Amino acid sequence: MALARLGIQEKARRGEVLPARLLILHAMETGFRLDAEGRAIARNVIRFIVCRYAGREVWRADLGSGIAANPYFEFFIRADVSGDIELHWEDDTLEKGSIRARIEVTS
Amino acid sequence: MTRRLCLLMLVVASSAVAQVPVPLKAGSEFQAPGIRKLQADEFANPAMLWVAQGRQLWLAPRGAANKSCADCHGAAETSMKGVATRYPQVASQTGRVLNLESRINICTVERQHASALEYESDPLLALTAYVAHQSRGMPMAVVIDDALHEIFDQGRRLYHQRIGQLNLACHHCHQLNWGKQLLADNLSQGHGTGYPAYRFEWQKTGSLSRRLRACYFGLRAQMPEYGSSELLALEVYLAWRANGLAIEVPGVRK
Repeated sequence: MALARLGIQEKARRGEVLPARLLILHAMETGFRLDAEGRAIARNVIRFIVCRYAGREVWRADLGSGIAANPYFEFFIRADVSGDIELHWEDDTLEKGSIRARIEVTS
Repeated sequence: MTRRLCLLMLVVASSAVAQVPVPLKAGSEFQAPGIRKLQADEFANPAMLWVAQGRQLWLAPRGAANKSCADCHGAAETSMKGVATRYPQVASQTGRVLNLESRINICTVERQHASALEYESDPLLALTAYVAHQSRGMPMAVVIDDALHEIFDQGRRLYHQRIGQLNLACHHCHQLNWGKQLLADNLSQGHGTGYPAYRFEWQKTGSLSRRLRACYFGLRAQMPEYGSSELLALEVYLAWRANGLAIEVPGVRK
């Protein structure tokens, strides 16, 4: 189940720097743990996250097994144009997730 | 308060007296400042992912009846406000003692004609957290009436019963020694008002039953099964013991 929350204000003045927060529901299974029968639990972590703003990539993060479950991110976006903030990610099982939010820029 | 006094007088004759810590302190007050801050943050609180999922489930039609929770109950923000403060309680028709989880499952089976949600499954945790979240900040107000008295007594006995290889009862840590340090932990008063809560140890949200089972495990005692009468009895006793304390679902714990 892909579930996430993205928190960013909807309206901004041009040039304003907006704080944004992202929380993703994901087990971030490290691959180092064993189940009750002693078998290794396969690694399944979010491999990368891409953030696009109005169609343009603004940052990208590569994640590893050192990141705890249900990862939380804070980042900043400078509001230049009205458009969508889109976040996409993919985990080791190739399951994809995404979330988007609209920013309206007034000059 | 008078009810509580009467009850105290009723049970004072037996060996294990029902006691309430003074003053009542929520579970979060025994957590590190960072964890308290995380719990208070509506966005960053990781358990809010379960609350958000609970909201989706609340609105989604399910089962053969193709009905959603909202079809009968409307907006949870109004219809479920304060509901969690009154659980566990006795179902008027069947006489069964219900906690929030089993109450939700009765609706799932009887109204939605869907199969019951499994204990400790994400959908049940999500719905429970969502419903209980509507009572955040409201004080627990469980009434121990005649119908609940038997299971309350069982809960009180279990609370004072020494168990496991460590040979301790709930009472010893959470009533007599709360506020002191046990290895790396601050001993809390052991209230369930933050559950379902996110525990970093679990890396996910879990129910009060899971937390109680963890205490059994810590004492090296045999853990009761999910949905067992022991866990329900303890939940009833804990709910009474927390009467007056504000609900803080979804809690965040170490």
